[in-house]
Amino acid sequence: MNRDLVKFVVLAVIAVVAPLALSGSYLMSVLVFVGIHAMLAIALNLLLGFAGQISLGHAGFFGLGAYASGILSATYGVNPWLAMVITALSVALLAFIVGFPVLKLKGHYLAMATLGLGIIFYIVFNEAVDLTGGPSGFSGIPPLKIGSFAFDGDIKNYGLIWAFTMGTVLLSLNLANSRIGRALCAIHDSEVAARVMGVNVRLLKVQIFALSAFISSIAGSLYAHTMGFVSPTSFGFNFSVELVTMVVVGGLGTVYGSLIGAAILTLLPELLRAFQDYDIVIYGLVLILMTMFMPGGLVRGIPALFARLLPTRRQEG
Amino acid sequence: MLEILGITQRFGGLTALDDVSFIIGKGDITGVIGPNGAGKTTLFNIISGIYRQTSGRIVLDGRDVSGLPPERLARFGMVRTFQNIELFGQMTVLDNVKVGLHTKSRSGILACSFKMPWHLVEERRIAASARQWLEFCGISELADQSAGSLPFGKGRLLEIARALALEPTIIFMDEPAAGLNSRETLDLARLIRRIRASGISVVLVEHDMELVMDVCDRILVLNLGQKLAEGTPREIQENPAVVAAYLGEG
Repeated sequence: MNRDLVKFVVLAVIAVVAPLALSGSYLMSVLVFVGIHAMLAIALNLLLGFAGQISLGHAGFFGLGAYASGILSATYGVNPWLAMVITALSVALLAFIVGFPVLKLKGHYLAMATLGLGIIFYIVFNEAVDLTGGPSGFSGIPPLKIGSFAFDGDIKNYGLIWAFTMGTVLLSLNLANSRIGRALCAIHDSEVAARVMGVNVRLLKVQIFALSAFISSIAGSLYAHTMGFVSPTSFGFNFSVELVTMVVVGGLGTVYGSLIGAAILTLLPELLRAFQDYDIVIYGLVLILMTMFMPGGLVRGIPALFARLLPTRRQEG
Repeated sequence: MLEILGITQRFGGLTALDDVSFIIGKGDITGVIGPNGAGKTTLFNIISGIYRQTSGRIVLDGRDVSGLPPERLARFGMVRTFQNIELFGQMTVLDNVKVGLHTKSRSGILACSFKMPWHLVEERRIAASARQWLEFCGISELADQSAGSLPFGKGRLLEIARALALEPTIIFMDEPAAGLNSRETLDLARLIRRIRASGISVVLVEHDMELVMDVCDRILVLNLGQKLAEGTPREIQENPAVVAAYLGEG
């Protein structure tokens, strides 16, 4: 637990120092996305990595958070902070209700059901034109404000997003190291044994699904208020898959892994721009290699690699 | 006291258990034996809430617990172990036992996320208690190892420690000696007696006759889904029907 604290402090220092070095550059705006994606990846990891339940519809919860908060504040003049909170609570409640039938399913069936859920949301974003603006998007979303201080512009957005991201990291770490976190891992390893130990597996799965949707919705609202504009393409099936990839690349069941996964998968497309249309090929290759050679993700894979290399070096010397 | 009243279980056309009744006394060590296919494991799965019986009732200390799911039974103090050991393989040994204390703690998602003071007190209590149960089962030194890497015999002990952490009134063990060598089996017999001495009733399904005859106070013999006999180990050994159906085989 203390090592986690050290990591957290190091991360916090990096997060604070980064803008000093990168201020005004294009990378700053990319880092805003890294933060949003990290929140989403951590939220999904609670469900996928800890409890072992897949969701291919998380982009939908992200989208709900973005649209509902945006519409409430832009169309109905609700205070953006209040809109964000109302939205997140509603999305969590929705996930809780939908979760009961859906999380009864396992494996491929659960994947299909959550996939369907995400697609339904996507269709609503596209078709409810009066409310969402349809395929052309929804604009004029006001920024979050504290008094007369508005969070607009890269540096302020960065501060806002990363404050939330670090909060998510801290709270998720706490949760992971608690009786709830252990019960989630227990469900992952042996559902029947978890039940015999008195864990209400069905309820806990639904609760964590709702929590995951809550965090995703907050990330969505932050996205909407910092960008000022949202459109359906950001919340489609592709993005749900990208989120799963972030979690897997970073490492299932590790909070910091999700952070790293989110950073890599957000920065990678930027770096691969030179390859233009071929970037998707390299992206796919990375995925294949990861699952083949580092199924535990980078967070476990890299130390394991060092552990394997170091003793051999000692033998040679 | 656990009363098993007229349990019948049919799978399609097959009758796995036919009107089996039996009383498990408080503080007893009870053995359930019988040839393969006698219905022992089916009976265990019903009592522990994993199967739902076709008919019949289970009454724990006057309370009807028939058909309750395992997570509810855990709160009434009924717990089991599995023939093929069901550990949480990716967690440490200590964390496995901590899961056994799940019903002894109540912090929710918010209290855990925000590290509320009462949650921290609870976590300390969980850790201390979990270590005690590891010690009780003699595997303290393995606390920080991954449960998935344990040899089979140690895994068995961990599963028992985890079940005991619930502080059950009754523990069901499905073939606890399976896969153990003779020395580990002796240690197991000693452990089972110590579990009973701490006030917990023990029920075991077991093929190791030496162990059953050695530790059990009472024995239930099943054959082809029916109760063939019940009694003390001596009565069972002298029962001609049992000898013919079961002991005679070996």
